[in-house]
Amino acid sequence: MSQWETVIGLEVHVQLATASKIFSGAANRFGAEPNRQASAVDLGLPGVLPVLNEAVVRMAIRFGLAVDAEIAGTTQFARKNYFYPDLPKGYQISQLDHPIVGRGHLDIIVPGNDGDTVKTIGITRAHLEEDAGKSIHDQVPGLTAVDLNRAGTPLLEIVSEPDLRSAAEAVAYLRELHAIIRDLGISDGNMNEGSMRCDANVSIRPRGESKLGTRTEIKNLNSFRFLEKAIEFEVERQQEILESGGRIRQETRLYDAERNETRSMRSKEEAEDYRYFPDPDLLPVTITPAQIEAVRAEMPELPRARRERFMKQYGLSGYDSRMVASDHATAAYFEACVAVAGDAKLTANWVMGELASVLNREEKDIDTAPVAPAALGRLISRIQDDTISSKIAKTVFEIMVTDGGEADAIIEARGLRQMSDSGELERLVDSVIADNPDQVAQYRAGKTKLLGYFVGQIMKATGGKANPGQLNELLRARLDGGS
Amino acid sequence: MAIDAEQVRRIAHLARIGLAADEADRYIDDLESILTMVERMHAVDTSGVTPLAHPIDVSQPLRPDRVTESDQRDAYQADAPAVANGFYLVPRVVE
Amino acid sequence: MTALPDTLGGAARALASGELSSRDLVSSCLARIEAGQHLNAFVSIDAERALEAAAAADNRPAADRGPLNGLPIAVKDIFCQTGVRTTAGSRMLEHWRAPYDATVIERLAAAGAVLLGKTNMDEFAMGSSGENSYFGATRNPWNENHVPGGSSSGSAAAVAAGMVPAALGTDTGGSIRQPAAFCGLTGLKPTYGRVSRWGMIAFASSLDQAGPMAWDAADLALLLNVMAGVDHRDSTSVDEIVPDYTAGLTASVRGLRIGLPGDLLGADVNAEVRAAVDASRKVFESLGASIVPVSLPTALAGVPAYYVLAPAEASANLARFDGVRFGHRCADPQSLEDLYLRSRSEGFGAEVKRRILTGTYALSVGYYDAYYLQAQKIRRLIRDEFLAAFRNVDAILAPTTPSPAFALGEKTDDPVAMYLQDVFTIPANLAGIPALSMPAGMTDGLPLGVQLLGPHFGEGKLLQLAYAFQQATDHHLRRPGSAAA
Repeated sequence: MSQWETVIGLEVHVQLATASKIFSGAANRFGAEPNRQASAVDLGLPGVLPVLNEAVVRMAIRFGLAVDAEIAGTTQFARKNYFYPDLPKGYQISQLDHPIVGRGHLDIIVPGNDGDTVKTIGITRAHLEEDAGKSIHDQVPGLTAVDLNRAGTPLLEIVSEPDLRSAAEAVAYLRELHAIIRDLGISDGNMNEGSMRCDANVSIRPRGESKLGTRTEIKNLNSFRFLEKAIEFEVERQQEILESGGRIRQETRLYDAERNETRSMRSKEEAEDYRYFPDPDLLPVTITPAQIEAVRAEMPELPRARRERFMKQYGLSGYDSRMVASDHATAAYFEACVAVAGDAKLTANWVMGELASVLNREEKDIDTAPVAPAALGRLISRIQDDTISSKIAKTVFEIMVTDGGEADAIIEARGLRQMSDSGELERLVDSVIADNPDQVAQYRAGKTKLLGYFVGQIMKATGGKANPGQLNELLRARLDGGS
Repeated sequence: MAIDAEQVRRIAHLARIGLAADEADRYIDDLESILTMVERMHAVDTSGVTPLAHPIDVSQPLRPDRVTESDQRDAYQADAPAVANGFYLVPRVVE
Repeated sequence: MTALPDTLGGAARALASGELSSRDLVSSCLARIEAGQHLNAFVSIDAERALEAAAAADNRPAADRGPLNGLPIAVKDIFCQTGVRTTAGSRMLEHWRAPYDATVIERLAAAGAVLLGKTNMDEFAMGSSGENSYFGATRNPWNENHVPGGSSSGSAAAVAAGMVPAALGTDTGGSIRQPAAFCGLTGLKPTYGRVSRWGMIAFASSLDQAGPMAWDAADLALLLNVMAGVDHRDSTSVDEIVPDYTAGLTASVRGLRIGLPGDLLGADVNAEVRAAVDASRKVFESLGASIVPVSLPTALAGVPAYYVLAPAEASANLARFDGVRFGHRCADPQSLEDLYLRSRSEGFGAEVKRRILTGTYALSVGYYDAYYLQAQKIRRLIRDEFLAAFRNVDAILAPTTPSPAFALGEKTDDPVAMYLQDVFTIPANLAGIPALSMPAGMTDGLPLGVQLLGPHFGEGKLLQLAYAFQQATDHHLRRPGSAAA
């Protein structure tokens, strides 16, 4: 064990999946032509005023309830002042003193060599703010091009306590947050499109020390993998500095995925003075207990509760339920599938195994899986009722993926039905025994491993359709029984 | 209330107001006299008083989550100083 | 020309009787504007559009006519009007055409008003003399060597010179009332939240209010009826019932209680101003109102508190003028930093820069508590003192300004002396209460004004008191150059 302890806190920005922007009636969509989705309010034209979107408040309360946080009775917006071309008003409307979501916590599952452990991570606060636009540096030679479509997109910034102790814990925390915001329906969590963005505050300290070390803030961590890699790199960098007698400089660093390193951001070198003050255009927002209760009443099931339910309701192991119940879409698929298939363990194996590898290969999400959950359920039920073997089922599944169609139709059309007719099987067993006298003799002399040889012969003759259990039984009866 | 050239430079930078050398001197004098006048408010005992940001005690009305704005890019960019392909242009920013 | 009515009420009666058309009125206004160019009251005049609107008003069927049908009105150049240059008196917006209408513009147009043009103003509404406009100083029609007051300088001068019967202004620390007092007009700053701020270029968002300026209270009532009301585009506009202010004018003021704030009158006030307040008090007493003393112990700390809060808000409100999306951009910027520094330095005038710097200072690390928070605490004290006073009185009578209009150039080198002009007007903005200034006397050929302040949404009572006062006196009937002056 290293002599250093890693201390990490995450700031996660989540774009809320509203129809319109946080302070304007412009559409909140990804991918419009430059500046076609930037209204007068988003552009900060003279004379315009912000009006708060009610859905944003509701979504923030949802999140707060999901992490057992205090919801503010009165929440206030503030202006954060700085100049940048993609910040149209010269200030960002954010929250400082009275964030909508106060202290809460989140349980994460940390996989370890001795199994999973559950750890509670503190959430300091979550506040609402508007996103900035985008500065694009390679669009016009020598100039920076500014697209303000993203300006005014609602953001929930979720700040954790410095409770995370490794890159793996940070990833587990981010995954759990990701699962929760998707379950809550407050964001699509698409990290490629920037719907969920993460900054990490990283420091190290000698093990046993209670004082925090000097931290660096790493920006631009737009995937789980980059978060992990960036923290690992940064921890190592800090260790090298401290072990060679140096000091860590408090600074903002940018993760460069191509080089897998973090580097100092020169543009952030100057200490900022954001001159926060209450936004005079926006009055304090009152949130009543009745409003909170209304949101609570429509809260969906969250990953932790779902994992527990799957263990209870379906008898899944902790591992299986973590795999299929953590993500909203996977869980929905599993439940639709098992409702038809019946066997939960077998269904979980299929969802995590065959289906996952097909999705991986085809680069698809589970909500757009090439095989519908009920169709997969019917396929699994054919394994259950011995119509086909697991091995044949995999073949049928591949056909369903590539050509579409129903399991039963494919089984019939291709004659893949398992041979369970004992008369037919008996005849085959008889002829194999008759055709291989030498092997029969060896078997009876004690070389019982040869059973596999006979099974193989019959499988070959039937194209794999013989019911393996039945076949084994028949063969043993004939070979062991003499005659 | 004493304010020095360095403070004025720092504030001017925060506010992105370019000041010529002679201008800076004038603003030092002006700010000094303004701040001296402002200091008079420190004579008022405000212990225990909650700051007031808005004169009317009402809660923020909220807007239903509906798209009400359509694309007005051409109108909004008609008087823009520099645009190309729908983008606003500024000198190259080095990150 | 001189025979034409110069009030909204008079013009409305002439239109209704068919004696005059809107085109006659508008042509006459345009001629007066032309003749008074040296006053520099307007930044932009849209004669063609105004005449078209007048013709449309004349041809409008009676059933479709709004309360302001065919009446010419000018607006301060701080209100956005689609396709019309909106400058806020600044080089920064010298060539900016607004792509939308301010809510008040929309409401005036819907009521049938004919908008003549945009009036000159102190840059971004920062000033008390009308001398801070990029487009040059405005002159006072009563004495052209004197200031008309500010920041709604052009609106005041335009009405006083008979160019237009009424105009809109905005008032952040006195910018409607002080020029109204200096130009012999009646002007109203409504309750904060009474009139929408959408499309009104912001100076200090928690203090700014739009309001009407005209010769008398009856005209203000007519305009406020149209302007007031909640607007879903301005979260700070208040959903409070809008009474018919015109219908409320004629109620008796007998038995109403008017407060006299000893604390305010203790300030450095010119003897003539003090005499005007005293004479006004007697008029109200003669009308059957009773006068009682009220206490506003913190009101005099309003000026220092205001000159922290207003610049602080302005420093953020004016950050959007960065040369990127609209407005002035410096020539050939070498870097982003250069673009910001030069565009803003060239685009803003000295007073605007002074206030941005003051506001930035007050909000910066280490000064926030001592300046910004202390000012907000004083704001609460002042508001609460007013609320307490209004439990005992219907309105408060006070001077509008410490003196009549001062000479052009008299205070331009001393920003603090200029700021102290606002001592009587600022408390109403800090408290968010309505306040009205009306003519109450003359000295050396210059008008004097007194102010009536009321509780939140108490505009009706202020207009009623002013109307009764104007029924009993003739101060509001004096015109520049007339024998009475």
